[in-house]
Amino acid sequence: MKLTPSADAIRLAIPALSLAVLLAAVFWLQPRAMSYIGLNLLFNLAVPIALATIAQMLIMSVNDLDLAMGTFVSFVACVAATFLRDEPLVGILILAGGVCIYAVLGVVIHLRGLPSIVVSLGMSFVWAGLAVLLLPAPGGQAPEWVRSLMTMKPPVAPMAIVASVVIAVVAHLIVMRSSLGVLIRGIGGNQRSVERAGWSVLAARAAAYGLAGVFAVLAGIALVGLTTSADANIALRYTLLSIAGVILGGGEFIGGRVSPIGAVIGALTLTLAGSFLSFLRISPDWQIGAQGAILIIVLALRLLLNRLENREKRR
Amino acid sequence: MRIVDRLSRAPWIWSWFAAFLVWFATIMVTGGASTLGLSQAALTFAAFSIIVGIGQMFVITLGPGNIDLSIPATMTLAGTVALKLMDVDNAMILPGLVTAILIGIGVGIANYALIKALRIPPIIATLSMSFIVQSAAIWTNRGLRIKPPSFLADFTTSTALGVPNVSLVALVISLIAWFLLEKTVYGRWISAIGQSMPAARMAGVPVDGTRFVTYVLSAVLASLAGYLLACFSGGAALNMGTEYLLMSIAVVVLGGTAVAGGDSNVPGIWGASLFMFLVVSMLNTYGLGAGIRLIMTGLIIISVIMLAGGRRPGVR
Repeated sequence: MKLTPSADAIRLAIPALSLAVLLAAVFWLQPRAMSYIGLNLLFNLAVPIALATIAQMLIMSVNDLDLAMGTFVSFVACVAATFLRDEPLVGILILAGGVCIYAVLGVVIHLRGLPSIVVSLGMSFVWAGLAVLLLPAPGGQAPEWVRSLMTMKPPVAPMAIVASVVIAVVAHLIVMRSSLGVLIRGIGGNQRSVERAGWSVLAARAAAYGLAGVFAVLAGIALVGLTTSADANIALRYTLLSIAGVILGGGEFIGGRVSPIGAVIGALTLTLAGSFLSFLRISPDWQIGAQGAILIIVLALRLLLNRLENREKRR
Repeated sequence: MRIVDRLSRAPWIWSWFAAFLVWFATIMVTGGASTLGLSQAALTFAAFSIIVGIGQMFVITLGPGNIDLSIPATMTLAGTVALKLMDVDNAMILPGLVTAILIGIGVGIANYALIKALRIPPIIATLSMSFIVQSAAIWTNRGLRIKPPSFLADFTTSTALGVPNVSLVALVISLIAWFLLEKTVYGRWISAIGQSMPAARMAGVPVDGTRFVTYVLSAVLASLAGYLLACFSGGAALNMGTEYLLMSIAVVVLGGTAVAGGDSNVPGIWGASLFMFLVVSMLNTYGLGAGIRLIMTGLIIISVIMLAGGRRPGVR
């Protein structure tokens, strides 16, 4: 064989294939979805999930896990629907503070050698509390500019698709092409060798956490742009969704092996799975269960393709 | 002095110390009037976290990446199905209990089948499984709220010699868990796998069998907790397991079990479970709102882990 695709490309092929199969299934069930409006409706909610998935991916690339992602995105949504609209300056300051706290968490976790799972578990209570203080009852209103940005109708492809592509490209440039991204993934791969090479692991980990905070803030703002109002519990599902999205996209929990493009595809697949199920007219009782089943099937597919690929190699 | 020195090195002592401190701070505010009531309530509510926490601890001890996210869904399903089967009939208590345990065994087997056959990371495998289990619970429940049999309702809400019955059940389970961990080969195997899976495999530890049993055990304990909780709260609710997802992880880690696996301890679970309940009731006593209460809970968790985590940097 002359054309041997790189390992990264193969890592990406499986998530892309699952998304294509699922999309084909949706089109087959509901041909009307194959239009500008149809696609926009299908993928609308994928934009905030994709951003949260990228944030989770950044944390996973330094071998950590963020269990506070859902509550932080909810908190950001609450800030965006209240302060960011009424007093933009205060709102921006609060959100910048949130990003700073994320970076500080990275520093603390590194310095004290704490388990990220527990620290983020504790933080999830803090963000939930702050969100409840801001919006005790569902309410607030999205800032005009966010609303118009999220409902924009660009030519050729719907906003949801355009935004997903932009997110994937930007994240790819940061994580795979920049030297900071290499450093961050290096910590996940072998922290000691990065240290020996003279880099500051502390700074890189803080940067990874800070960047994750930035993407999570964008996720919260994008979510409010779509839903127009916020609630303290609006994005609690995002913690598990974002982890599942990274894994579906070919990422791994340890070793700094992540793929930003894969993560966005994973988020799109998860969103599409929901629409697919409603097109199938499955009883609402089993909707969640079927979502679990789809997750299992996609991962089984990934195993199968990995096996085939290994057999090819051995030949 | 030697005893103090040894005690201060025990990983579980900090969670007990913190629990006592919070307990003391709460009864000081009320002038000691609610001492008995508070202690009984703490033991009762902590019992459920202790039971699921022990299951989670066994799983976490298996090493990095091992975690059981299907605990809340298993609790809900076991509670709903058992109550539906018993249908307020005291004669059906035993069949109900057996059904709950069978559900736990089933979920545990399915969890490990996914992990092993599909080589899915345990977090994702148990998460996908929990979606399916939760759906099954929604399907069987249909919004009905069936009361527990009168004997069970009495048993779970009353006390024996001033000690709540459910906490006695938790005590028995804890003793068995402690025995399994410290005195049996199985317990040594779990720790060995948690410290290094390849090394354990080389040493002839039946890695797959041990992991399989551990996931089943965790699911069975979750279903047992669901059964008791449903009887205690006068019926199963679809969201009754939700708070135990984070709770089960929190009590394990605050209790001094190493998150990296291979090192676990049962007494810490008790300290941490009592602590988690007492913190909430302390903040309630001080009359703080839900938001402030959540923030304080989070900050306290983080400060406890910083104190406990920083104390033994060199010691594994």
